[in-house]
Amino acid sequence: MTASDTAFCVHCGQPADGGADHPACHNPRTALEPPRYCTFCARRLVVQVSPLGWTAKCSRHGETASG
Amino acid sequence: MTAVPDTDVLAYAREHVLENGVGLGEAEVLEVLRLPDDRLPDLLALAHDVRMRWCGPEVEVEGIISLKTGGCPEDCHFCSQSGRFPTPVRSAWLDIPNLVKAARQTAETGATEFCIVAAVRGPDKRLLAQVREGVKAIREDGNDIQIACSLGMLTQEQVDELVEMGVHRYNHNLETARSHFPSVVTSHTWEERADTLRMVAEAGMEVCCGGIIGMGETVEQRAEFAVQLAELSPHEVPMNFLIPQPGTPYEHYEIVEGKDALRTVAAFRLAMPRTMLRFAGGRELTLGDLGAEQGMLGGINAIIVGNYLTNLGRPASADLEMLDELKMPIKALSDSL
Repeated sequence: MTASDTAFCVHCGQPADGGADHPACHNPRTALEPPRYCTFCARRLVVQVSPLGWTAKCSRHGETASG
Repeated sequence: MTAVPDTDVLAYAREHVLENGVGLGEAEVLEVLRLPDDRLPDLLALAHDVRMRWCGPEVEVEGIISLKTGGCPEDCHFCSQSGRFPTPVRSAWLDIPNLVKAARQTAETGATEFCIVAAVRGPDKRLLAQVREGVKAIREDGNDIQIACSLGMLTQEQVDELVEMGVHRYNHNLETARSHFPSVVTSHTWEERADTLRMVAEAGMEVCCGGIIGMGETVEQRAEFAVQLAELSPHEVPMNFLIPQPGTPYEHYEIVEGKDALRTVAAFRLAMPRTMLRFAGGRELTLGDLGAEQGMLGGINAIIVGNYLTNLGRPASADLEMLDELKMPIKALSDSL
């Protein structure tokens, strides 16, 4: 998959043309949120936040983690 | 309540709180919360003096971790982990290796506290077994960080079991004033929470009890809450500011205004001169970087480092650098034991 495959906003799960960052969801609150929805399929992610990072797992598309 | 003239409340606090270490009563806290913005610098300076006089310059640093996320049966209206609201948070259990890793990373920041949290009404046998295994594994990793827990409402047997595991502090927030609680939570009562706190204190564990500012409470109820917390003589009071979580009944609540947040921090300090006041969730949204620093100079003497349970926080390094710049030493583990 490539970035061009992304179709859904990671914050609200709604369609977002052109990437994972739905412009309408850019706000100070979402800046403090890990992703909640898979950007490829909009499934809700299983998210684990730890003091220094986070992981977010989609049952179909696997796990992503904070840098 | 006997009101103190608002022009005098800081002078009154200077004499009673700063000099004698006696916390303000409800009427005086209310006067403080009603001080105009132009008195805020004086208020923060006094709260800082009180903190330095009765607590000292050290700052206790803590990391928190969610052992069991989401799917909670309770209906706390602020909480994205309630299973009753259509929030995006999915249920998850943390495994022991990742719990140990999080504790190790927390200790490496210089933190002396690690709080294990679960989104539950109260712990069942499975959860307590997981906590027991986790505490044991953290110790076997060579990590002597102090371990606290927040697992909801407890029975006496569960309190005793946590003491026996070596859990030294228990967090159970009353969340808000007793008079406001029924509009925030309907699935259990303020009194049920207070019962757990009483058992925790009687068992010799340190009591950590705070709440969330900005859940529709009046300024009078903030004063009420400060005094109700003071009556518990808690070791620690975590102060959260509401993060309006999508899908919860409070999704569209306004974020607490920064000056109100700082005024509340200072008022709580004047109500509880000797208690550890911890900056917890929501400070990034409410106060930003500059406000966090003002809070540290306005009565706060403890922080949660890094991320929270479901939300992200400031980078740990940013807070540690801030403390360094403020010349506030991190409380050492040897001071805690």
